[in-house]
Amino acid sequence: MIDSNIVHSALKAQRSYERRRFLIISLLALLLVLSFVFDIATGPSMISVLDVTHALAHLFGFPVEVANTTQIIVSSLRLPMAVMAVVVGGSLGVGGAEMQTLLNNPMASPYTLGMAAASGFGAALMLYLGSLGLESNVAVPIGAFVCCMLSASLLFGLAMMRHITSGQLILAGIALLFLFQSLLSLVQFVSSPELSQQILFWLFGSLTKSSWTNVSITAGMITLCLIILIKDSWKLTALRLGEERAKSLGVDVTRLRLKTLVLVAIMTATVTSFVGIIGFIGIVAPNIARMLVGEDQRYFLPLSFLVGAFLLSSASVLSKVIVPGALFPIGIVTAIIGVPFFFWLIMSKRR
Amino acid sequence: MLEVRHLHLAFDDLVLADDMSFTLKAGQTHVIIGPNGTGKSSLLKALFGDLAPQQGRIFFQDQEIDRKHLGEWRQHFGYMPQDIRLDVGLSVLEVVLLGQLDALSLKLGDSLLEEALGALHQIGLVHLANRDVRTLSGGQCQMVLFAQALMRQPKILMLDEPVSALDLHFQQVMLDHLDSQTKAKDWVSVMVLHDLNLAAQYADNLLVLKGGKLVAHGSPKEVLTPELVETVYGVKADVILDSAGVPFIRTQRNGHEAPLAAVV
Repeated sequence: MIDSNIVHSALKAQRSYERRRFLIISLLALLLVLSFVFDIATGPSMISVLDVTHALAHLFGFPVEVANTTQIIVSSLRLPMAVMAVVVGGSLGVGGAEMQTLLNNPMASPYTLGMAAASGFGAALMLYLGSLGLESNVAVPIGAFVCCMLSASLLFGLAMMRHITSGQLILAGIALLFLFQSLLSLVQFVSSPELSQQILFWLFGSLTKSSWTNVSITAGMITLCLIILIKDSWKLTALRLGEERAKSLGVDVTRLRLKTLVLVAIMTATVTSFVGIIGFIGIVAPNIARMLVGEDQRYFLPLSFLVGAFLLSSASVLSKVIVPGALFPIGIVTAIIGVPFFFWLIMSKRR
Repeated sequence: MLEVRHLHLAFDDLVLADDMSFTLKAGQTHVIIGPNGTGKSSLLKALFGDLAPQQGRIFFQDQEIDRKHLGEWRQHFGYMPQDIRLDVGLSVLEVVLLGQLDALSLKLGDSLLEEALGALHQIGLVHLANRDVRTLSGGQCQMVLFAQALMRQPKILMLDEPVSALDLHFQQVMLDHLDSQTKAKDWVSVMVLHDLNLAAQYADNLLVLKGGKLVAHGSPKEVLTPELVETVYGVKADVILDSAGVPFIRTQRNGHEAPLAAVV
């Protein structure tokens, strides 16, 4: 009965579409490796790309001769920052991708529901309170993380209710965004100019505070969240057909939404608490990934990570070469290159 | 066999089901008709467990709906909601595959893909398999979603206005396929239709809803009378039997009763 020829050719077409998407992912991975190496190479003292690869090879136990200073610069100064750029960029990309999936809106980002504003307020409050006697590079991230999760748990409460729409969730998130922005302004208003300067600097977002400790914490958290998300990839794909249809396919929408929201909140809170607020990657990366491989989450999710990681890694290179010798806050660079790019994206989507 | 006992469903003071009881046999196509806003879609949602009725019990083969473990209950269902918009970057094949959500893993085997392609082939859409769903017409989307519902290999198939965007050809393809599969696989098929003539042609059992009550049920020939059409829809109609002995409903224009002189 079944015309096996036509079915067979459709099957082959699907397989080649799968291969093509896999190729795109590999290509992005390659680009990421390149920008990663360049990220290590650039800085106050330029290291040649060859030396960087040698130093990295040495680090992984290959018997390669490397100058001692190069080795130290690479392994204890540049490498943590470069890894942090990859992890942070990637998790912002994935956070954005899932937020867009969850809210059914390509304009959403991990920051849409006020999570960044809440972290900013948490960090500012900690700085204002003099870190509560703790060391500031411990206390500030904790403050940012706790505050971000607190604000997100209000959203969790909403998401747990049945029959709440994504539109209502966005409205609640935007209300929280304004609340925490005002609270942040309040802290800045009442603090001294020096402190206000410090808060502002934190808000810019910067990778300079990366140490192996916080890189490992971040990488560990993100990996865990990613594994859980990947496991749900088909359910998340189904969610994009609309909540009612996802339900009809047997997805427990309320539960999936809550779970994903928690994971995105943890990722965003971790990332922002260590590097501050880095804008735009969360919106741009998933949109690029969607244009390249569509919304099958088996490809969309990893590619959002890779694109985000690549964008932040190359922004990090740029931030070091714009003004030689000085380090531009990376949060500013991403927004400046992000905005024209985003405009181009919007224009090219016209039908 | 899907059984509903004493169902009461209401939103505030809007009563959608008032002490409603009926049984839907397997191997039959059950068509629900009734005026707009009588709660046809809500009834399907209640059967699916998405709306909790104030009272009443729902059984499928002696298993009662369990609101704590809806996942188990919903396994039996293929359900196609009314909304047919698909604004997502997926191929037709991927959308159909989602019908078998529980069987999908990161690496898809050939057999699963073949099954999805088979579902598309049966309704004559396999040539669209690799197309992006955003490039499809509304009617094509509706057919793809029908294939998705079939892919679930349901025991109960519920379709909410499944032919609203289809042309004559695809109306026939879908409903013929539904009818033959229902009988071959012993499904309980439930569908909401607005077109009384299609309902008359394809229903084994017709359920007429109005104001939260099951006004009439049975074979189309027994149920569809000019009196029923007038009481349910407030529209005067002629009911004629066509060449196959199936009722055919022809509505009359308001204020255009045939003048006696014209009969001459």
